Amino acid sequence: MIEVDHLTKNYGLVAAIRDVSFSVSPGQIVGFLGPNGAGKSTTMRILACFMPASSGVARVAGYDVFRQSMEVRRRIGYLPENVPLYPDMRVAPYLDFVAEVKGIGRSERRRRVADVMDRCMVADVQNRLIGKLSKGYRQRVGLAQAIVSDPEVLILDEPTIGLDPKQITEIRSLIKSLAGQHTVILSTHILPEVSMVCGGVIIINNGVIVAQGPIDTLVEQFFPTSRLEVEIVGPPSAVRERIRAIPGVLSVQDQAPANGAARYTIEAARGRDVRAEIFQLAAQQRWDLLELRRVGMTLEEVFIRIVAGEESADGSVEKSVGEAAP
Amino acid sequence: MRIWPIFKKEMRLYFTSPVAWVVLTIFLFIAGYFFSSIFNFFSQASIQSAMNPAMGRELNVTDSVMRPLFSNISVILLLLMPLVTMRLFAEERRAGTIELLLTYPVRDGAVLAGKYLAALALYTLMIGLTALYPAIVVYFARLELGPVLTGYLGLLLMGATFIAVGVFASSLTDNQIVAAVTTFGALLIFWILGWSADYAGGALGRVLQFLSLLEHNDSFSKGVLDTKDVLYYVNFAVLALFLTLRSLEARRWKG
Ligand SMILES: Nc1ncnc2c1ncn2[C@@H]1O[C@H](COP(=O)(O)OP(=O)(O)OP(=O)(O)O)[C@@H](O)[C@H]1O
Ligand SMILES: [Mg+2]
Repeated sequence: MIEVDHLTKNYGLVAAIRDVSFSVSPGQIVGFLGPNGAGKSTTMRILACFMPASSGVARVAGYDVFRQSMEVRRRIGYLPENVPLYPDMRVAPYLDFVAEVKGIGRSERRRRVADVMDRCMVADVQNRLIGKLSKGYRQRVGLAQAIVSDPEVLILDEPTIGLDPKQITEIRSLIKSLAGQHTVILSTHILPEVSMVCGGVIIINNGVIVAQGPIDTLVEQFFPTSRLEVEIVGPPSAVRERIRAIPGVLSVQDQAPANGAARYTIEAARGRDVRAEIFQLAAQQRWDLLELRRVGMTLEEVFIRIVAGEESADGSVEKSVGEAAP
Repeated sequence: MRIWPIFKKEMRLYFTSPVAWVVLTIFLFIAGYFFSSIFNFFSQASIQSAMNPAMGRELNVTDSVMRPLFSNISVILLLLMPLVTMRLFAEERRAGTIELLLTYPVRDGAVLAGKYLAALALYTLMIGLTALYPAIVVYFARLELGPVLTGYLGLLLMGATFIAVGVFASSLTDNQIVAAVTTFGALLIFWILGWSADYAGGALGRVLQFLSLLEHNDSFSKGVLDTKDVLYYVNFAVLALFLTLRSLEARRWKG
């Protein structure tokens, strides 16, 4: 549904994105991640036909965003980063205007606007001036204008920024409900949100795509081990050695000991569950096992590892490598 | 072409913000002031000439009321029209709303046409309301209709040109004040070109005279409808609108 092929965009001499390629299949919700200034908004602006790329091709719904931009524009809903709306217009007339510009007929329009105001929870402010709304409400009006024409493809640049926790949950479930019929690409800095809402992710850093695919695959790819945290009272060196001896265990590291108990982080081959063996070992050795816990690898850790790894590879930024890859 | 929704939106914005109201009020106030002083002056002059036929001045309402009125109105317009057009693109750019507007399924040309026609509609309303003044004149004196109609046509064409220049200036910047000042400066230069024509003389003088915005408006209020003048304004406006389209396109590339 979205195919991006070797896309490059230069702002003057600065390359905002370089040789970006990815694709999103129909009905999928994809998270577009990257640190500040990575080029997320730039890519989305090109996809939304706001500006042409310097080189490369992008296709949305099978149409070239540059050469067949009218066809593309008919099929997308776009929510730009700063949610630009007309402060001097009222909510309902504004949505009616958007629907009309998007070519929806008069009678159909009334129904659509009412429907979208319900879904985005802005019906209660429909007669207020947009400029007088709070940030969260403006965000919702912005989302409403993106989906009012029921477009095939949605391009949402940080759709949940500025919302309160309850709204975030509701907007997320709204976006989730769009899956299947709609293809969604959304950028965000809230990584847990991506795991909740999106099927796949695309990670961009410094204008270059550094990873893409389903979240589970990425996590496995970047963390090919499973991890346990245990807290044991016992002689540290013996504990380390005996655990290390369990088949499948790849490494044991101890963390700061406190009150005679020490915490250990154990890496085991993925798919190998060594919890029972550790328990039996502790019982047999008469060590007190205070805690035994599996640590799931999150997208957040993948993200930090990728982005930090990139930076250290560049040699430009050394920080946060140590904490990212414990 | 989806011009209509853009047009409606612009009209709504003119009238929900105070812009249209303020411009209309100030314009009618100043134009009314000019009209009443000109008309007073004229009636005093006609009383004098009635009492003293020896003065023998031929008094004609068209020449002594309507022509000065039209020329005064065009000066007010020179000052006010930049304020009507400055918002059209500059504000969309500043607020970022252009990013949504230019990603809706409408061509740049339709966006431009909608905005241009909205400003033109507001302008037509402005000068339309001044039709009250000739109506008052008709009540007191015999007024030739022809020169009044051509005078209004001249105002309309001139205003259409002012608006086109204003829209172009507005597309060049994201600052409304800059857009207004640029419009005013450009219009003023074309306005006063005719003055230097007198010094320049010769071929250059004729060219300058031909380029002058003011020069072309004069004949309309005399009741003369010259295709040369009509074409001048139409070409001027079309050129400015064409440049606006180019500037919108260039802005896209810059991002
Ligand atoms: N209009 C512009 N002119 C010049 N440079 C720009 C422009 N817009 C963006 N850039 C540069 O392009 C790069 C990518 O910016 P972009 O806005 O796409 O980042 P982003 O990933 O959306 O960041 P954020 O998470 O902060 O929103 C940045 O280095 C930015 O400085
Ligand atoms: Mg951004």
